[in-house]
Amino acid sequence: MTLEGLSIGQRARIVSVEWDRIAPEDGKRLRALGIDEGARIAIAHRGVFGGRDPIAVLIGRMTVALRRAHAAAMTVEQL
Amino acid sequence: MTRQRRAALVGNPNAGKSALFNALTGARQKIANYPGVTVERKVGRLVLPSGEPVELVDLPGSYSFDAASPDEEVTRKVVMGEFPGEAKPDALILVLDAANLEQHLVFAQEVIELGVPTVVALNMIDLAERDGLVLDPAALSQALGVPVVPTVAVRRRGLDELAEAIGAAETLAELREHDEPRPHITLPERRLTARNIAKAAILSESAEHRIHAGLDKVLLHPWLGPVILFALLFVMFQAVFAWAAPFADALDAGAGALSGWVIDSLPAGFLRDLLTEGVIAGVGAVVVFLPQIVILFFFILLMEASGYMARAAFVMDRMMASVGLSGKSFIPLLSSFACAIPGIMATRSIADPKDRLTTILIAPLMTCSARLPVYAVVIAAVIPATSVGPGIGLQGLVLFALYVLGIVGAMVVALVLRRSVTKGDASGFIMELPRYQMPAVKDLLIGLWQRAWVFLRRAGTIIFAATVILWLLLTFPKADPGESQVDASFAGQIAGAMHPVFEPIGFNREMTLALVPAMAAREVAVSSLATTYAVDSEDEDATNAALEAKVAALWSLPTALAFLAWFVFAPQCISTIAVARRETNGWKWPLFMVAYLFGLAYLFAGLTYWGAVALGL
Repeated sequence: MTLEGLSIGQRARIVSVEWDRIAPEDGKRLRALGIDEGARIAIAHRGVFGGRDPIAVLIGRMTVALRRAHAAAMTVEQL
Repeated sequence: MTRQRRAALVGNPNAGKSALFNALTGARQKIANYPGVTVERKVGRLVLPSGEPVELVDLPGSYSFDAASPDEEVTRKVVMGEFPGEAKPDALILVLDAANLEQHLVFAQEVIELGVPTVVALNMIDLAERDGLVLDPAALSQALGVPVVPTVAVRRRGLDELAEAIGAAETLAELREHDEPRPHITLPERRLTARNIAKAAILSESAEHRIHAGLDKVLLHPWLGPVILFALLFVMFQAVFAWAAPFADALDAGAGALSGWVIDSLPAGFLRDLLTEGVIAGVGAVVVFLPQIVILFFFILLMEASGYMARAAFVMDRMMASVGLSGKSFIPLLSSFACAIPGIMATRSIADPKDRLTTILIAPLMTCSARLPVYAVVIAAVIPATSVGPGIGLQGLVLFALYVLGIVGAMVVALVLRRSVTKGDASGFIMELPRYQMPAVKDLLIGLWQRAWVFLRRAGTIIFAATVILWLLLTFPKADPGESQVDASFAGQIAGAMHPVFEPIGFNREMTLALVPAMAAREVAVSSLATTYAVDSEDEDATNAALEAKVAALWSLPTALAFLAWFVFAPQCISTIAVARRETNGWKWPLFMVAYLFGLAYLFAGLTYWGAVALGL
């Protein structure tokens, strides 16, 4: 399953990322924040006004906002 | 060696670098831009325990030396001594967020590997402790091979120890000089190292950080979050208008008293008129808005320092995405309600160049505080103070509508630009949401003082010059008896030449005349109308109240409405154009901005005028 489909609060590990589906600058930024293969993450919040975008992801003790499109490019396994 | 030594602060964004910089250097900071780029350069003075002063530079926050934004590029070049005109720092203060150790240690390795003497400030250790995290600075120091000092910048904890360590680190400089260059290390390797170092340094931790998560549950709630944000914005604008009034009145009274004192103490003549009608009336009319600007920035700084601003960007992202922007554009656009200049400068945090350009181009459409005096005078003059509902006045409603018109205009323009001149892939939105914290009063005050000073400096230079020049143009050449002074003056002749262009959209000659000096600063339109009507009537007490009466008597409703519509869109401020030029590195985009804004202003003023005339208003 992808990160996009993960339910709120469920812990997971990123198994693989299709970097070619993410803009190069965005990819650089995500990797710099530690969101990369092997990272343990969970979704904390999703979107406003019923929309599903953006997503707030917990990684370590950090909260990072990203878009659904980014999350859809990441395959995760539940922990 | 008599050269003053230099140290630089580096670290991830949100590590508390700026607060540490403020704590180490106090309020005496120099802020400028790095030449050629638009990154802010902050320099202050740090005194070591030995009494030796060290020049301290606050570098932009970076996630890595593999630069993804102009900010990071500057940090990399300065630290490596590659930035032209910047001496390589003799020592680095690496700021790490104690509660985000694992993430921050990735960049930390890159910094330490440079071989420059480095001291780690393990910052915000109190917040880490609050989250149930117990750290071992000695273990961290051993793993990194550099001194580690626990600090709490906002509470001034650990500052002396840090200064001492910096002094000591410098003496180690020679020892480390001959380190051989290290092999290239990949990001996953660094991350693994970071995890191991963090693990070794963390003595114990509890799993949850409750305060943070609890606040986010409410503030990022899908429905509650936006409601809270809009409520906050409502309070902010209320405060800008309501709280500022007594202070503005006091400043106004002060200007009046000063003018009276000049009239009493100088003989009648050129100098006295220049001082009272020109300098005091013109500059005074602008300085009156200082309280509003300070209040607006107070809210913006508070939102930034507490960590809420990033949440506001999160909440706004969906809406901004619908016009092709991202939540990151929300922060500069919000600042633009105070003034487009800091707003345009704040776009530097937007990594995507097309996103950033679009945000710069629409920033002037946010109703800045300089437009307020124009709106206030014209609305008070032509819109009746009737009530249209419980607690809702017609005048306030018109003012609100003008703000909304600017916002809607900006959104439509962004949508059009993103499909034409700044066409490109929809931008992403990746942003760290920093932990919440209590803002330090000192940091707020320093921030407010810096904003207020920028504004006052502008009033003292550009606005001062524009008012004096306008007054001179209005005063000379002297009119013959029986002829109107305004008609005879140079300014009147210029307005006469421009008038045919503006006549079709309902502008009278005084309005056309006011547009010229308003290019220096929009609010000058008010003082210029005041000066024009004052010179014309030879009435020396031309206050805003008198101006309202003149406008009410001499302007038709369609004309006044057209003037308001003009000011919603018109790029009436040279400083904004100049800052857009600097931020886009050329004249192409500022000229485009001026052209499209003038086009919109003319069109909307025209539509308003013709529509109002057709409706028989």
